Amino acid sequence: MNPATGYAAIAVVSLASALIGFYGLRVSRTTGDFYVASRTVRPWWNASAIGGEYLSAASFLGVAGLVLLSGSTGFWFPIGYTAGYLMLLLFVAAPLRRSGAYTIPDFTAARLESRWVRRVTSTLVILVGWFYIVPQLQGAALTVRITTGLPPWAGSLAVAVIVAVVVVAGGMRSITFVQAFQFWLKLTALAVPVVALLIVVAGGVPGLEARAVLAPELAFPVEAGPHGLDAYRTVSLMVALLFGTLGLPHVLVRFYTNPDGAAARRTTVIVLALLSAFYVFPTVFGLLGRAFAPELAERGQADALVLLLPGLLVPGPWGELLTALVIGGAFAAFLSTSSGLVVSLAGVVSQDLLGGSVRGFRIAAVLSTLVPLAVALVTESAGLAGSVGLVFAFTASTLCPVLLLGIWWRGLTARGAIAGMVTGAMLSGGAILASAAGATAAAPGWLRPLVEQPAAWTVPLAVAVIVLVSLADRRRMPRSADAFLARLHVPERLR
Amino acid sequence: MPESLVVAAAAGVVAGALAVGLVVLLRRLVVSSKELGTEAERATYQTLHLASRAAAHLRGGVGVEDAKRAGRHLKALLGCDTLAIVDPGGVVALEGDDGLRETAAELAAAAHDTGRPQVQRRVPRSGRARHGARETDAVAAPILVGRRPVGAIVAFAAPVRAGLVRATAEVADWVAAQVELGELDASRTALAEAEVRALRAQISPHFIYNSLNAIASFINTDPAQARELVLEFADFTRYSFRRHGEFTTVADELGSIDSYLRLERARFGERLRVTLQIAPEVLGAVVPFLSIQPLVENAVRHGLEAKEGGGRITITAEDSGAYAEISVEDDGVGFDPELIREVLTGGQGGAHVGLRNVDARLRQVYGDEHGLVVETAVGAGTLVRMRVPKAAPAPTDLPDLHGSRASRGGGGAPAPRPGRDGRLEP
Repeated sequence: MNPATGYAAIAVVSLASALIGFYGLRVSRTTGDFYVASRTVRPWWNASAIGGEYLSAASFLGVAGLVLLSGSTGFWFPIGYTAGYLMLLLFVAAPLRRSGAYTIPDFTAARLESRWVRRVTSTLVILVGWFYIVPQLQGAALTVRITTGLPPWAGSLAVAVIVAVVVVAGGMRSITFVQAFQFWLKLTALAVPVVALLIVVAGGVPGLEARAVLAPELAFPVEAGPHGLDAYRTVSLMVALLFGTLGLPHVLVRFYTNPDGAAARRTTVIVLALLSAFYVFPTVFGLLGRAFAPELAERGQADALVLLLPGLLVPGPWGELLTALVIGGAFAAFLSTSSGLVVSLAGVVSQDLLGGSVRGFRIAAVLSTLVPLAVALVTESAGLAGSVGLVFAFTASTLCPVLLLGIWWRGLTARGAIAGMVTGAMLSGGAILASAAGATAAAPGWLRPLVEQPAAWTVPLAVAVIVLVSLADRRRMPRSADAFLARLHVPERLR
Repeated sequence: MPESLVVAAAAGVVAGALAVGLVVLLRRLVVSSKELGTEAERATYQTLHLASRAAAHLRGGVGVEDAKRAGRHLKALLGCDTLAIVDPGGVVALEGDDGLRETAAELAAAAHDTGRPQVQRRVPRSGRARHGARETDAVAAPILVGRRPVGAIVAFAAPVRAGLVRATAEVADWVAAQVELGELDASRTALAEAEVRALRAQISPHFIYNSLNAIASFINTDPAQARELVLEFADFTRYSFRRHGEFTTVADELGSIDSYLRLERARFGERLRVTLQIAPEVLGAVVPFLSIQPLVENAVRHGLEAKEGGGRITITAEDSGAYAEISVEDDGVGFDPELIREVLTGGQGGAHVGLRNVDARLRQVYGDEHGLVVETAVGAGTLVRMRVPKAAPAPTDLPDLHGSRASRGGGGAPAPRPGRDGRLEP
């Protein structure tokens, strides 16, 4: 591959993101007309913005790599990433919008009237956010290494610096439209190469012939199909992905832009459709990879499939162009997800620790970038989709039970919530640590899946602890629980 | 499994462990401080500790459910067998032997009537009394707030000595002081609410007079325009006179500003120009009722009215993380900064009473750091900014906001109020 293509694509996307970040506000409508100024964001725009912020390195690069590595098992990730929004639609979207809370700590603090709950939730939100930024930076490192040949730290550092500078300088705030644009950019950056590759593979381009390296029965063996399903791991992964989506800090913030609960629901439905459409393309990329580039199927390398495949199948300038498009889309994914997360994290940190001043926000933004950068620099990714999946498992065992019970159960108390969150964090965090440290190698066979995919038992345990402690603590049920729940569930027009 | 997570998770676990360790350490400090000191010091600490724990439950008055919880601490404080808190209606909150309820009520009534401590010897106890004693003594002391009895404390012990009588009277006085403090709290809250009600929705008489005059001038020349203006006037007044809710959304507030500016434009014509720059993310943000419109009115009346040829008002609302930044700018005559400072510190209301009201309400709701920021100089126009949290978990549409406002500040717990359990009233 020609490094110049990589440099050019990365430079263009970074510059464009920074410029949009800085000048985004000036583009926002300036008018003398109150009717125009008071138009809220349409659900379509909002849904695109959520998609733009949500589709991260794991979706853009990781899913294809996982399908390449492990066949149909990899399909569960896009299914889970998308279906999480179904849970959001059914149980959370409208009530949360009606609550008026802007962040998860805001919500729990208002619902349970406790400052300790707020602190614990904030800590967890910050941890989750850091966990989640790390794979983005690692994806950047991978992309830069593959496409330009620079050392991997250059990519992480570049993304971190751009995000920090843009957020600190005050850009990336009024970003609904910017994020919406990012979604369509990412979709195009994957869809166009996929369609082009399919045409080439089908022999639709004279003089250009791609030959499958592996015969179909080797490329798609039976044991990599749904037939070889491990029931426990799959269920556990689905629990993690379905419930994990509910607690992601940067997704929640976007729902506040909806004018009311009904609009929040409509937005979620559109998000479901948009994500379903998006995930077709990385999956096809993975399948193409299995047939045409099986040599990439090794850990650490598989995530680069999306970046390398166009160049392999289409030599020459057109291949370079497709590669540039994919690189640009990947960088857009890293930048948009990271900046959305940094803005949410900086909001939480500055509000809870630094008094909510503008200066506090800036300090918090730098902090929220530096910590994940440090982690990303000293470690190396072995699978983007997998590491993001673990973040989901952690979120599902900590923030999600409190959020769901807070919305749907009046008996929740502050002590119950804290006990459940701490239990969930200890168990799922411990399991993730143990399996990451390689402790499972020595463990008996039945224990390994339990440790490597902990969500199926940590989530129910966290819920049980919350319920039991809350029941034992009935006397401390917040006085305003009934009023608060009424507010969450009564549609706005009936008030 | 990615190694990166090892480090990330390890960092998290270490941070968590540190936090837990800190809490344990602090707790240890508090606990060990209990074990330090001489006998007398420990007794003092014990007494004050019990008193402060009881105090938390007494602020709502003697007759409420909470007072019952205070009984446990008071019983420990006096070291008696059974303790009853009796409210003026004769309702007894009893901690200890339940069979003494009636005696407590009778004694309390006597203490109530005389206004002095009452002692009764050899009160028969119910059969399942412990210690085998069939009889006990009782002392009752009235709780006097001002001169008015609000209840009584009855302590049972066998036997009651002079010391306990004195202590009971002292405890009753102390309880009275707590109840008084609670009433003070309640009246302070009520005062604050009254102040907010008084501050909000003051449509200036000038504006009504001017608007009606402008409308009148159109009735003959342009009846359609006059009709439009009357409808705007109706919209504006309906919003401003709205009785329920102390909060509104930025979008609604903008609507009211639109009506206001249309009416003003009837007088100013082309001399009044408006630019809006509103981030759509901010439209749903919750702000105090009528907190932006007065700023616009101030800009029109004091900034542009006096300027020849009129001018431009720019209203911006920006999204800033968890906050919304709203500003109103005019290129009118501007003011002496000293004058504005005097207005905002409450020296004299004068012409800029609207600014002062908004500032006072913002400070009251969000805290002192969220007041108005005014940048101005004579001849250089005026820029007024406010920065408020977008999240307002206060129930914006419930008629009363007693609990929510207190809890929003993140400060102390909301003062418990008699007869109010925080539930949604039908």
